[in-house]
Amino acid sequence: MIDALTGVLVIPAVAAGLLAALPGYRLTARLNVLATLLTFLIAVSLFAVEPKSGPYLLVDDLNKVFIVLTTFVGFTTSVFSASYISHEIESGRLTPTFVRFYHAMYQTLMFAMNLALVANNIGLMWVAIEMATLTTVLMVGIYRTHEALEAAWKYFILGSVGIALALFGTILVYMAARPVIGEGLEAMVWTVLVTKAAKFDPALLNVAFVFLLLGYGTKVGLAPLHAWLPDAHAEGPTPISAVLSGLLLNVALYALLRFKMLLALNPVAIAPGPLMVTMGLISCVFAAFMLYRRRDIKRMFAYSSIEHMGIIVFAFGMGGTLANFAGLLHMTMHSLTKSAIFFAVGHIAQVKGTQKIADMGGLTVTNPVLGWGLVLGVIAIAGLPPLGIFMSEFLVVSSTFAREPWLVIILVFGILVGLGGLFLRLNTIAFGEPRGPTAPAEASYVPMFAHFAIVFVAGIYLPPALVTGFQNVARLLG
Amino acid sequence: MRGLSFDVAHLLAGSLVLVSFMQLYQDRLYALLNIYALHALVLAASVAWQAFIQDAPHLYLTALIALVFKAIVIPTALHRIIVRLGIHREIETVVGVGPAMLLGMGLVALSMVVMLRVTAEADPLAREDLAFALAVVLLGLLMMVTRRNAVSQVVGFMSLENGLVLAATGAKGMPLVVEISVAFSVLIAFIVIGIFLFRIRERFDTVDVQALDRFRGERR
Repeated sequence: MIDALTGVLVIPAVAAGLLAALPGYRLTARLNVLATLLTFLIAVSLFAVEPKSGPYLLVDDLNKVFIVLTTFVGFTTSVFSASYISHEIESGRLTPTFVRFYHAMYQTLMFAMNLALVANNIGLMWVAIEMATLTTVLMVGIYRTHEALEAAWKYFILGSVGIALALFGTILVYMAARPVIGEGLEAMVWTVLVTKAAKFDPALLNVAFVFLLLGYGTKVGLAPLHAWLPDAHAEGPTPISAVLSGLLLNVALYALLRFKMLLALNPVAIAPGPLMVTMGLISCVFAAFMLYRRRDIKRMFAYSSIEHMGIIVFAFGMGGTLANFAGLLHMTMHSLTKSAIFFAVGHIAQVKGTQKIADMGGLTVTNPVLGWGLVLGVIAIAGLPPLGIFMSEFLVVSSTFAREPWLVIILVFGILVGLGGLFLRLNTIAFGEPRGPTAPAEASYVPMFAHFAIVFVAGIYLPPALVTGFQNVARLLG
Repeated sequence: MRGLSFDVAHLLAGSLVLVSFMQLYQDRLYALLNIYALHALVLAASVAWQAFIQDAPHLYLTALIALVFKAIVIPTALHRIIVRLGIHREIETVVGVGPAMLLGMGLVALSMVVMLRVTAEADPLAREDLAFALAVVLLGLLMMVTRRNAVSQVVGFMSLENGLVLAATGAKGMPLVVEISVAFSVLIAFIVIGIFLFRIRERFDTVDVQALDRFRGERR
């Protein structure tokens, strides 16, 4: 019997096999879209019928949000990817063999991310995140240029060290759980761990969390462990940049949040909050300053991702229902906005034939839809009203200001610095003298504007059902 | 029996740390690979011993993977790659041997202090195993940061991973150990294939990672 929970795993797995076998990029691109759409629909059905959690898979309010977000952005990205890939084939940057490989890897990545989200076992979750890392490494290096290979290698080594540290942390959590729960599978199952966490050895849990924070924090892209992120974003195919920023960072964050919940249940263990707040603030301010000297458009938005992950980790680190709610909302808005920006950037880079900011200019004149799309995206990501990110950033700031005014001042400083950096570059790209090729783009604008529409509506009106849902999750996070 | 089984486990885990130190001062790739094979051999013995005293037959599989894959297949493959690439000359270290050894000792001391203090209530075998495992992990990390050569960085990562397997097998009754060691072997195979397929030398004329820095995305 296949329920929705296994459905989100089976469909990508089957599709990966199918896409690896089928020739012809037009057909496979469509199949890719179809598979991600099906996965998304099944993920949505989790809200209607909640399947039972077993010893390996689980579903609760927290991961439902993540699964639906992941599958939705996965779906829209596959729509964008179809038009992006056909351009890459026409321009000869990718051969049909590579595209076949690319599609199979895309579905494998979706499978690995869904598995990480539904895993009820800390070991299984680790394996899934490792798998997601490997597939993205392969996709980052797909153009096989100097830069792409270097980026893939760097990502590979740093990502491997990160997941190795995370495994050490996972083993320590098992060691802490074993005296209480007993040997065997039970001592790695989330639902069991959570009920018994109060009795775990706090000292072991503390050390475990430090390793987990460093390990999964590398994958979240927290400074100073972020070095792989800009390269991987800049050199891979743009749909992968969108999935990396919009989804994979979230999945690593999800792992971190699960362990944070575990620690919060133990009264004697250290509060994980301050560690996360510190790393979040450092990432935010550091990345904001790094935005100024970017010459490559994709690297710039990669640094912006680090900044926003910093803000999100800060919000979750502060904790409390309100801050968690704000963090969750910010994460959703960031995923939608950032992937939409990468959709625009992908087509812009194809039109201009380069990613260098200096070679682009006057986009709003030459390619009005793309140009204004990018302007809209930057307005959204910089956190200007009335869009969704303004609202979530406002919530982060207002929910934490009363508690830690000094920290929030640093955060707001980081956000403002970042805003300046983004607009400085946007000015060159979107306005002024047109530079570079001005051919009209053969682009699919639907995914991009669909995301913007959601972000725009969310800035003005949040449906009550969504608010209650997020509030439940925020309470769950503690 | 209790005394002997403890002593042997202790001896094997301790030797693993020692072999990690031996890796630190190897300045030739051939020698480094041989020492890595020794590292994997000691790991295999250690895991097999754990399988025996814990009465956990599935751990023999992990030991077998360590023996066949890590001690024989990978070093042989890397040997061939090195010969093909013609880089069996000296390897540069960023830090000299002396400072690297001193740093290594500091790291071992650190892992002892941290792990022995936090695991005061755990059973002594698991406790010391964990302390040794952390030492091996940290020494592997040290190796990765003190080397510039891609191949020796990979060797550093592999010895780091051996430390993780040691920790996982030392944690009595931990499930999924075999699966995790398989997943890691896949990862390592990917890395080794990566070195070969990416043909770093062909693209960059060197496997010196510093040369890769020239191709940083922004300096064009």
